[in-house]
Amino acid sequence: MIIAVASGKGGTGKTTVSASLAQVWGAPVVAVDLDVEEPNLHLFLRPEINSRQQAWLEVPRVVEGACTACGACSELCQFKAISLLGDVLLTFPEMCHGCGGCLAVCPSGALTPDQRELGEILWGRAEGVGFLSGRLRVGEAMSPPLMRQVRQALAVLLADGGRDAIVDSPPGVSCPAVNAVMDADAILLVTEPTPFGLHDLALAREAFTPLGKPMAAVINRAGLGDDRVREFCQREGLPILAEIPFARRAAEAYARGQVLASVSDEYRDLFADLAQDLRRLAAGEPVRERVAAHA
Amino acid sequence: MPEIVVISGKGGTGKTSVTAALAHLADHPIICDLDVDAPDLHLLLQPRPWRQEEFRSGFEAAIDPLACQGCGECQVRCRYGAINPRGEIYAVDPLRCEGCKVCVHFCPAQAIAFNERHCGRWQISDTRLGVMVHAQLFPGQENSGRLVALLRQQAKELAKTRGQALIICDGAPGIGCPVISSLSGVDLAVAVCEPTPSGLHDLERVAQLCEHFRVPVAVIINKHDLSPDRTREIEDLCRLRRMPLVAQLPFDEAVVKAMLVGQTVTEYDHGPISQGLTQAWQAIQALTRDRRAA
Repeated sequence: MIIAVASGKGGTGKTTVSASLAQVWGAPVVAVDLDVEEPNLHLFLRPEINSRQQAWLEVPRVVEGACTACGACSELCQFKAISLLGDVLLTFPEMCHGCGGCLAVCPSGALTPDQRELGEILWGRAEGVGFLSGRLRVGEAMSPPLMRQVRQALAVLLADGGRDAIVDSPPGVSCPAVNAVMDADAILLVTEPTPFGLHDLALAREAFTPLGKPMAAVINRAGLGDDRVREFCQREGLPILAEIPFARRAAEAYARGQVLASVSDEYRDLFADLAQDLRRLAAGEPVRERVAAHA
Repeated sequence: MPEIVVISGKGGTGKTSVTAALAHLADHPIICDLDVDAPDLHLLLQPRPWRQEEFRSGFEAAIDPLACQGCGECQVRCRYGAINPRGEIYAVDPLRCEGCKVCVHFCPAQAIAFNERHCGRWQISDTRLGVMVHAQLFPGQENSGRLVALLRQQAKELAKTRGQALIICDGAPGIGCPVISSLSGVDLAVAVCEPTPSGLHDLERVAQLCEHFRVPVAVIINKHDLSPDRTREIEDLCRLRRMPLVAQLPFDEAVVKAMLVGQTVTEYDHGPISQGLTQAWQAIQALTRDRRAA
């Protein structure tokens, strides 16, 4: 079972919720950081990293003297990563999406596979919780190729069915965000009761709906703004599984790098209930809202 | 004309609230929302659009079910797992399709169409604080970097035709394609960060990114009173990387209250956070002036 923790707006508490859920999950679980541009989960779970591997994307390299300047490769490439300037074939590896089209189409063996570094993949453990993370190389523009490789690594970890996964996703609603929730059995949207929170929650709901996966919401910093997020969820039939009250204590604990579920029994219970509800949600069973209990 | 972009690495540190306040404090700048994925600036500025354009970029493959012979060549060739069997033939999953055209090229039955993608919409609007260029990428779409470049180009043309001396941009979170696209050639990046482990970690990465693209960075610490220790660590990082620290803003509920009534926080009140932002704006102006003079 894979639970993706996502949001439209950044800074609503995805990492707080992901780290807390992983701690109280109560069954073998891997905490996965798919926010490869700005991975933060390790700052809270503090895993011991026991393996790391560089991640690469296949890009073309020109074989000196073999090109006949037929132009088939540059004609096929959609990303301006290879171009024929007169008789000279030039590659722009940082533009390449790694589709392999140029290598496949070249009739004269003038291209050979080379690699571009995307970043790295890390494996580790934190107090019984498995840990997997991608970390984009600074300067690399494309996060989806690295995310795909982290997802493949996760599939290997989950292959025998003995583990679940909590996936901390990047903010936003474009290709990286969709990439992060694609393999999930359920999506948990973390939001806050402000106009920005509401606007981006609506975008996230719209972006993820075509995937046809069960979705639910958690309202973080409840009590801070107004009631419109709650009204939106009710109107959209998006169950609110928890409201985390706005508290300076929580913000300060976060600033110290503490996992919220470990701050007090109250928070621990809140996340344990949330974990139970998420299991039901992912299994397609009905979930009851827990708004009143924690509001 | 100076172009300033507000970034953060980590999301939710207050980029949009800071951008809106700077736009208010400046004299009718050209305002640009480059967070095309989840834009929020319009919620504070209530833009009145006078130009609207569609954004089309890239392509996606579509298999004609009547022409497909079910050979599976496309599935073997696709490196994105975007082609799957559907009955005896194959179909493209548009969410996974990268638009590379490899399947189109190699299909022996020529059964795959290659359609342009309608990815979003962009607008130019009037607001009470200045002309605004903004967009909305449709949910789940890609090519945000190209849309960012397009918006910046529009903002520059507007600045030129209107004789406006300043462009202020709200950036996207992260360090990936839309952020890289928003940084090239800007005069100053203003990084808004919060005194938390994530805030510090992400500031460091975004500072490395700016260094990589030779863009000078000024830093604003938001909610500095949440953690004096982390604030000191950010101050140390700023010294180490020679990034001027232009303001330390306190945690202030005025930010959310202003948001609820659709105002910038500097319009809403003149409390501590507004004073901090005014000071930040003066320091930023001095920095861009010095840079121009140099």
